Amino acid sequence: MIRLLRKPIMGSLFAILAAIIVGGFILAAAGHNPIQVYGGLVYGALGRPRFIVNTVIMSTSLILTGLSVTFAYKTGLFNIGVEGQFIVGTIAAVFLGFFLNLPPVIHPIVVMLGAMVASGAYGALVGFLKARFNIHEVLSSIMLNWVALNLLNLYIGVERFQRLPTVAHTIQDSANIIIAHEMKRTPEGIARLRESEFLTEVILRTDFNFGIFVAIAAVIVVKFVLDKTSLGFALKAVGSNRDAAEFAGINVKKHMVLSMFFAGSLAGLAGAVHITGISPNTISMLGGFQNFGFNGIPVALLANAAVVPNIFSALLFGGMTYGSGYIQSRHGVATEIIDIMVGLIVFFVALRAVCILVADRLERRVGK
Amino acid sequence: MTAVRMKGITKNFGDFRALNNVDLEVQKAGIVALLGENGAGKSTLMNILYGLFPADSGEIFINEQKVNIKSPAHSIAHGIGMVHQHFMLVGKLTVAQNIILGAEKTRLGFFDKKKINAEILEISEKYGLFIEPDKKTDEISVGMQQRVEILKVLYRGADILIFDEPTAVLTPQEITELMSILRNLANAGKSIILITHKLKEIKQVAEICTVIRRGNYIGSVNVADVSEKQLASMMVGREVILNVEKQPPSPHEVALEIKNLFAEDENSVVKLNSLNLQLRKGEIYGIAGVDGNGQKELVEAITSLLKVKSGSIKMNGKEIQNTSPANVIKNKVSTIHEDRHRRGLILDFSVENNAIIGRQGEFSERGILQFEKINAYASELIEAFDVRPRGCEKQPIKSLSGGNQQKFIIAREVFNDPDLLIAVQPTRGVDIGAIEFIHKALVAERDKGKAILLISLDLDEILALSDTIGVIYEGKIVEELENINVDENRLGLLMAGASV
Ligand SMILES: Nc1ncnc2c1ncn2[C@@H]1O[C@H](COP(=O)(O)OP(=O)(O)OP(=O)(O)O)[C@@H](O)[C@H]1O
Ligand SMILES: [Mg+2]
Repeated sequence: MIRLLRKPIMGSLFAILAAIIVGGFILAAAGHNPIQVYGGLVYGALGRPRFIVNTVIMSTSLILTGLSVTFAYKTGLFNIGVEGQFIVGTIAAVFLGFFLNLPPVIHPIVVMLGAMVASGAYGALVGFLKARFNIHEVLSSIMLNWVALNLLNLYIGVERFQRLPTVAHTIQDSANIIIAHEMKRTPEGIARLRESEFLTEVILRTDFNFGIFVAIAAVIVVKFVLDKTSLGFALKAVGSNRDAAEFAGINVKKHMVLSMFFAGSLAGLAGAVHITGISPNTISMLGGFQNFGFNGIPVALLANAAVVPNIFSALLFGGMTYGSGYIQSRHGVATEIIDIMVGLIVFFVALRAVCILVADRLERRVGK
Repeated sequence: MTAVRMKGITKNFGDFRALNNVDLEVQKAGIVALLGENGAGKSTLMNILYGLFPADSGEIFINEQKVNIKSPAHSIAHGIGMVHQHFMLVGKLTVAQNIILGAEKTRLGFFDKKKINAEILEISEKYGLFIEPDKKTDEISVGMQQRVEILKVLYRGADILIFDEPTAVLTPQEITELMSILRNLANAGKSIILITHKLKEIKQVAEICTVIRRGNYIGSVNVADVSEKQLASMMVGREVILNVEKQPPSPHEVALEIKNLFAEDENSVVKLNSLNLQLRKGEIYGIAGVDGNGQKELVEAITSLLKVKSGSIKMNGKEIQNTSPANVIKNKVSTIHEDRHRRGLILDFSVENNAIIGRQGEFSERGILQFEKINAYASELIEAFDVRPRGCEKQPIKSLSGGNQQKFIIAREVFNDPDLLIAVQPTRGVDIGAIEFIHKALVAERDKGKAILLISLDLDEILALSDTIGVIYEGKIVEELENINVDENRLGLLMAGASV
């Protein structure tokens, strides 16, 4: 029991539970029945096959952006630039998805790799500024997030790149990773899907795409790199004790740049999956951040900056976000309640130390 | 009256028995030394007394009353105070603020600075602990910081004081001062438990010495009745040779050559001032000097952590100054750093991973770490340098006792097979048995044809190991002597900057 309390997962569960309780009070204060609303939230996220699929879609890019933040964290860096890297990834994906002519399967792979390189370079810039000029990564990242946003608007503003004045070209079908997207385009295909109630539900009525498999593959690769390779070893050494790593002959600056490259490329992959996997498969001009990248930060926090738990924490946040649509239409609860809940979870994650304190107390009491 | 009596204390960490039925007794106004090898369980025993964690069995009596200490707050209430080895001061606060931190006495919610300063000065004068209450703690010397720690404990009304290796971080001068402070405290009625690896200090201040070995109580002796040698063999369980035997050196070609080295610290204070030094393979060169005369900067300059203004550092004939730590390592230089927690180890990593930091590439094939190879290598280090407990390869290195961490670092650096081994305070915090071991190892490396640069504030260590002694004063080697019948008085004067 005491040992269990010390496990990081207990801290995360504690945070979720505490957020549910406090969120319940907020709901009650706003005149809602918390039990009903929470029930609605669970139903809205998981109640039907179609809902489950949409939760998974919603979680896909969260897994990748959470992974991006986690990766940088392992090297002791805070990747708040994940939003900008995501945006750069979407631009690169739209560009490569429209202008390249490649066969299916190959095309989306090239799009993803291209987006990873572009966003990786964008992330590496942050690492470079830190290594070379000692500019704090948070400062340069915030600036580069805005640069990315403007880059996107600039890109769409170029006539050659736009389909409509505020929307870029849609990627080619060959780059699309939505499952059975060809069938969904033709009346015959639709008719065939309609024959099965299940396929209608999970394929026809959603953007179910291969992205989730890409995300899980990325988790496995990252886990492997960090745990089993000499590169991961060096990155973690830099993250755990920069001085000792440097004195042992590890090139700290190089590894900071590398770490930010990988973190950026994971965010870029999220952007590419978003573009190739969700219609309208393009970008439109933005007035502000859409938070696809930023949302990775609470995901990583809740996952305690461990690699695999990102999947579960992304699914939780993805489900909450998607399910919030249902409680809004069904119970008239503003979707902002979900933002509040996310905030509460982050807040309580920060209070995770409480668990350790309780463990200490109990241990002492048992000890006597 | 006995101030502290611990009876039959047993403590397990998982399957590992750290303490087995250990007794300890301290008379009022007495000084008891607690002696034991690295990992014997001394810190563990004191942590139990201080309430950091509970014993599995055993009893504790304070002033002959049975007590149940559940937390540090409890133990403070019982008049117990602990001066931690790693200071717990807030650097940006003043000395006075640090002393009252957590025990603030306020009047109507305000600090009465005058009254507090008066109180602190009263205590400090009573025990001869002179301090400057208004200085920031990060601006004062280590010795001063330790006084602040002692005052903190006294301010909270402690009558029983625990010192866990207080002298490990001090200069010889500061140690002398601390010894007299300890005497003053005892004379004023305080009871003291002193953990130290230095037998000289035990002989100097303690009345009783309690010895534990691998968690077992060995016995308590009257310090006056035993010699240092007897104490050492009681602790280790065998005869200990306090003086290393070594053959005269047979130096070969020059390994390290430093010419006219100038360097400044970050505040543009000159720290190395036209320093010259030549070190041959097969030779131990000891740097003797009072702390702060450029020893730290010399090491940092050689290892490329500090930019040098002018001059050259050549390793095997190749210039290495102002390159990078990685390049210096590539030129066959290994360093046992002074601050092992900051520079030597990654505390969150396992023992075996600490064995290969910086060499992870050699332990992988096509970028994949070879875990069996790493584990076998770590076992080799552990075996070769008697790191305890055996089989600790997978444990986090922070669970090893301080002395065993140090032995592990030395093993790692020696196994790098360098041409030049820089050893900075290599025996800080290690027990007599281990000192003997480390000294022998350094001499053995010399005999294998390595160049060894030894930097130590402990003059006995310099005299015991060096073939050549260089006296450093204000960033300069002011005199070089062969280590044969060195006149210690003259050496002391040279270190103090006198020209003799
Ligand atoms: N929290 C812990 N978990 C597991 N083992 C521990 C823990 N704390 C101490 N140990 C083990 O208990 C033994 C005693 O450690 P302790 O720190 O008391 O030694 P010590 O006598 O103070 O040694 P040193 O002189 O090196 O400081 C060591 O083998 C150490 O590895
Ligand atoms: Mg200890």
